[in-house]
Amino acid sequence: MQNLGINVLFEGTTLQRLFEGLMMTAGIAFLSIIIGSFLGVGMGLLRTSKSKVVQFICRFYLEVFRIIPILVWLFIVYFGVTNALDIHLDGEIVAVIVFSLWGAAEMGDIVRGALESLPKHQIESGKAIGLSFWGLYRYVLIPQAVRRMLPGAINLSTRMVKTTSLVVMIGVIDVVKVGQQIIERSVIKVPTASFWVYGLIFILYFIICYPLSTLSKKLEAKWEN
Amino acid sequence: MVYKLLSFGFFIFLIFPEKNLDGGECMDINWQFIISTLPLYQKAAWITIKLGFWGTLLSVIIGLVCSIILYFRIKVLKELVEIYVELSRNTPLLIQLFFLYFGLTKLGITMSETTCAITGLAFLGGSYMSEAFRSGIEAVSKTQIESGLSIGLSQTQLIRYVILPQAFAVTMPSLAANCIFLFKETSIVGAIAIAELMHVTQDVIGMYYQTFESLFMLVVAYLIIILPLSFLLSWLERKVRYAEFGN
Repeated sequence: MQNLGINVLFEGTTLQRLFEGLMMTAGIAFLSIIIGSFLGVGMGLLRTSKSKVVQFICRFYLEVFRIIPILVWLFIVYFGVTNALDIHLDGEIVAVIVFSLWGAAEMGDIVRGALESLPKHQIESGKAIGLSFWGLYRYVLIPQAVRRMLPGAINLSTRMVKTTSLVVMIGVIDVVKVGQQIIERSVIKVPTASFWVYGLIFILYFIICYPLSTLSKKLEAKWEN
Repeated sequence: MVYKLLSFGFFIFLIFPEKNLDGGECMDINWQFIISTLPLYQKAAWITIKLGFWGTLLSVIIGLVCSIILYFRIKVLKELVEIYVELSRNTPLLIQLFFLYFGLTKLGITMSETTCAITGLAFLGGSYMSEAFRSGIEAVSKTQIESGLSIGLSQTQLIRYVILPQAFAVTMPSLAANCIFLFKETSIVGAIAIAELMHVTQDVIGMYYQTFESLFMLVVAYLIIILPLSFLLSWLERKVRYAEFGN
């Protein structure tokens, strides 16, 4: 009866609804990646600063996100912080906040790694020809660092896209939730619905992430020499 | 190390809401409640540790086998391994688990929750570990392999005595990162009805509305599991660095 099972995907507005769910997921991921990258670049610049206090705070911020699972962070903000401040936050907003902060921490580490891997003579020659602080970053360090950090940054983006699947746990109607609704609706008529729907979501995520991770591998190989 | 310990203090600060600090109306932490739910969390923490341990162990084995297959370019198997690595690296664990737990049952493959969770973790971790081992094996210099061959080692001996010990030392940092990653990923497994930390917290919040206390316990439990693990791994990293010398 498997040829009947797959029909569940093409009945009525199923595909369209799944697509809408996917757009929600993609929207959260996209926003968080953008905000996270901007904050992360600032973070990375801060982490190369000489001040011990600044370094300490930034490093500490990163460790905080590395030790506690992201799902726990979503819960802390969704249930804990809203409760403490007596405010209401939608699941979508909580997701964007948490993913952006997490992205900033991880991105900061990538940017720092790239900046620190640049040879010292680049900075010194820049200073020697009289570039200002901003000129040094704008014309010498950032163009070179971008090459070194791009593969890592793209990898981080795929990780963030994958992690957005967790937002279903804080009540966001994303692609997984829509899938569950479709399965629940049709489970009596089509018992194999869950196989097909989850299979499709599995493939959808793969279609989004595979090009990104391939691109990052290609860039890494290309820029290695 | 200092940073990791300090993050502990930070969470305790975080859990106490800002209202406390103005000295006005104090929100009391319900210690009675914490003590009464302690056994629940204790049990859940053991389940988390058990899942993380088996998941990590199996993924190391899968990763090792996959990387050896990739190294020797065994026909057919190599393509299969490549497909597996791409599939598992590019999809989220939650979907993999749902597919294994809800999807495959319909085709007659039924697993218990625990088996399913460990399978999912191993499926995900295996590809990460295999990537880590692959880069480690690639880092073993050609001269090492050639000298091994020239003194008459067989392929198995070459892997066992020359390649793996050196590859292991190089991969140790990413191995450690993957290990912690897998322990953190166990938080997702609660979605398929395993009473691990995350699931228990959701239950407790739903039953008693003691949000602060429940989240506090959750964070403390994760810190208790992951901090020692991360210290142990960085100790291990220092121990096995011998192969880096002389390169």
